[in-house]
Amino acid sequence: MGSTAHHGGEGVGRRDLIKRSAALGLVAAPGMGLLSACASSGGDGQDKAKAGKKTAKNPLGVNESAKMEFVLFDGGFGKEYAQDAVKIYQKDFPKATVKFSATQKIQSTLQPRFNQGNPPDLIDNSGAEQMDMGVLVGKNQLADLTPLLDAPSYDDPSKKVRDTLRPGIVEMGQFDGKPVWILYYAYTVYGVWYSQKALDSLDATYPETWDDMLAVCAKAKKKGMAGWTYAGKYPYYIPFSLYPMIGKVGGREVLDAIDNLEPNAWKHPAVKACFEAYYELYKKGYILKGTPGLDHIQSQTAWAKGKALFIPNGSWVENESANVIPSDFNLAVSAPTGIDSSDKMPFGTIWASGGEPFVVPAKAANTEGGMEQLRIMLSEASSKNFTAKVKSLTAFNGGTSGISLTPGLKSGVAALEKAGSNVVNPRLQDWYVQLQKEKIGVAGLGEMMAGRLTPAEAIKKIQGFADEAAKDSSIKHYKHQ
Amino acid sequence: MQHGKYRFIVGFLALPLGLYALFVVWPFIQSIYYSFTDWTGLSPEFKMVGFDNYRRMLHDDIFWKSLQHSLLFALVLPLVTISLALFFAFMINVGGRHRRGGPVVSGVRGSSFYKIVYFFPQVLSIAIVALLFAFAYNPDSGAINSLLRGIGLDSVQPLWLGDPDLALWCVMAVLVWSTVGFFVVLFSAGMASIPAEMYEAALLDGASRFTTFFRITLPLLWDTVQSGWVYMGILALGAESFAVVQIMTTGPGGPDYSTTVMVLYVYQKAFRDGQAAYATTIGVALLVVTLAFAAIVMRLGRRERLEY
Repeated sequence: MGSTAHHGGEGVGRRDLIKRSAALGLVAAPGMGLLSACASSGGDGQDKAKAGKKTAKNPLGVNESAKMEFVLFDGGFGKEYAQDAVKIYQKDFPKATVKFSATQKIQSTLQPRFNQGNPPDLIDNSGAEQMDMGVLVGKNQLADLTPLLDAPSYDDPSKKVRDTLRPGIVEMGQFDGKPVWILYYAYTVYGVWYSQKALDSLDATYPETWDDMLAVCAKAKKKGMAGWTYAGKYPYYIPFSLYPMIGKVGGREVLDAIDNLEPNAWKHPAVKACFEAYYELYKKGYILKGTPGLDHIQSQTAWAKGKALFIPNGSWVENESANVIPSDFNLAVSAPTGIDSSDKMPFGTIWASGGEPFVVPAKAANTEGGMEQLRIMLSEASSKNFTAKVKSLTAFNGGTSGISLTPGLKSGVAALEKAGSNVVNPRLQDWYVQLQKEKIGVAGLGEMMAGRLTPAEAIKKIQGFADEAAKDSSIKHYKHQ
Repeated sequence: MQHGKYRFIVGFLALPLGLYALFVVWPFIQSIYYSFTDWTGLSPEFKMVGFDNYRRMLHDDIFWKSLQHSLLFALVLPLVTISLALFFAFMINVGGRHRRGGPVVSGVRGSSFYKIVYFFPQVLSIAIVALLFAFAYNPDSGAINSLLRGIGLDSVQPLWLGDPDLALWCVMAVLVWSTVGFFVVLFSAGMASIPAEMYEAALLDGASRFTTFFRITLPLLWDTVQSGWVYMGILALGAESFAVVQIMTTGPGGPDYSTTVMVLYVYQKAFRDGQAAYATTIGVALLVVTLAFAAIVMRLGRRERLEY
């Protein structure tokens, strides 16, 4: 090529052009190298905003002109409720610029920013791409929310924020010891969900003992309806009714021992009794045919169509299945059925806990702003706004008066009232995600409910998984305080 | 005129080589480096831990399961896909009966229509294909079980993706379905370049279709088949198997880890469990498996090149 491109005349010859563009490329390549700076080369974080003056109206001492960035998970609850709360922040701090964004890709958007040390000020770390909280806490990436909890509440300066929250919310945000890393904003009621109309058509009431449960399922079967279905591909929905049942039968200590990964925790007689009870549903043919091959949406749809009576689920099911639930369905939730009257806790013992975890990153530029935004969201007005819009309770205790509740929400509130202090809160699902979902859920419970493991085999397998997790030094271990 | 030639060549190659080093070689080195750390992927801090991740991998049952499944993918998928594709391509291009007045060598009747049918899945994204089949496999209301019921096989209602013995095969079947068309077209192009006289001579000698295929078509197509084999194997180890497993057997990778493949495991460790360093370790293992696969196929498939 060298000999053909030579040009004697003026202008730029072809060869020169190539040479020059090659030189340009040589300069450009390292430039791109800078652009593609590797993930872990981050600096020491961004400059912190200077704290503002603490006043009665501004108890957290937010810098009134500092920028505040808020990233929300755009999931089942949508983003309107957060946008409404952002408007209040902007009204309170007119000089501040607020950057609000909503995404379903929490991890892919935010993981690099954590790595570079410039995360946003408030994050709703939720959804399928939730970042592992245990790791974030373990690597000191989250700010302690204690100042927020000790600040006066938005509505009543004489009350601290922590005193306005539902039971269990503060503890759920702790991992090991005092600091509170997470504020769960939604409040979820887990249990057995059903159509009151379908139950009435069987001339039955919700069964309180397992014999009654089997009798109701037998009645349903005669009418061509399965007793139960569940998210077969995600069998970790089964615990939503199974774990509180274990707590009811054997007492809270059994669940605590399980959470603490104590040796032989799963070998407790209460666990065995409950596993056998559920296995009986399979053996008697009370589980909707094909259930192990259904995902959560498919199983919820089959249930909403009246193919099965009961489904273990959380209170988001009302919003999630809104388009398949018939208008006269009369959705209801109940605390799990127990074994019999010798159970340690009364009927009504239910699993309820926080959902939708909000965190303020430790390396955020404006941590006070992030916390102030949360304080606004925990006001009565914002809480009511959330409940009215997305059919779910919030961490704010109360805030349901004066708004019309949907059937499922009403039933959930009633179940909480009935439960009183008998609310259990198993922590496996936020402490040990993989153990809970894959191992216990899919490889243990899922296999048992599909009839491929006996309860004894399932317990042995699950205990093995728990022991493995207890020994695994690559995951952080937690204990109930 | 020759002076400066090397300088020119070097200058010219520096850019692509630099880009290659930066975007291909460097990430490899980086991942190998990270596999010796305890990096979580969620914070910039990490420290060197030596061979800890590798030791852990050797004792990880799920890793071995995923390796087994990935190897099965790499062996079975190319074999089935390429055999089917060769058969279809042969029938479309050469396998037809000789028709009066037509060319000596031709495909079966309607072959151009078949070509479109086979190729059609290629225009669909793998995500859509996986989703479609996930619905078809639904044991309650899916197309397959409905069909079985429709023809009176009420007692045969497999759980498909919900059954640990079937799930992996169900996923593989989808990949075969979606990729076979590409190879039909690839092999058709290869067959079109084989001179028709060879077939004519064989036909005059009274060779059957069977003989024609094994004595003429396959040997002359060998290079294409071999590249196809490597290509398919890499797809099966990497991107495609990830997509179908992730979408169809959601959860951890099928019931009781029955469909977990290496790429899926890498993804889960890095983006769910916050163990990026361990994920890169598995990634390095995947790299070794892929390279070994390609090397073995190239080695076994070596034969003399035929000129025509």
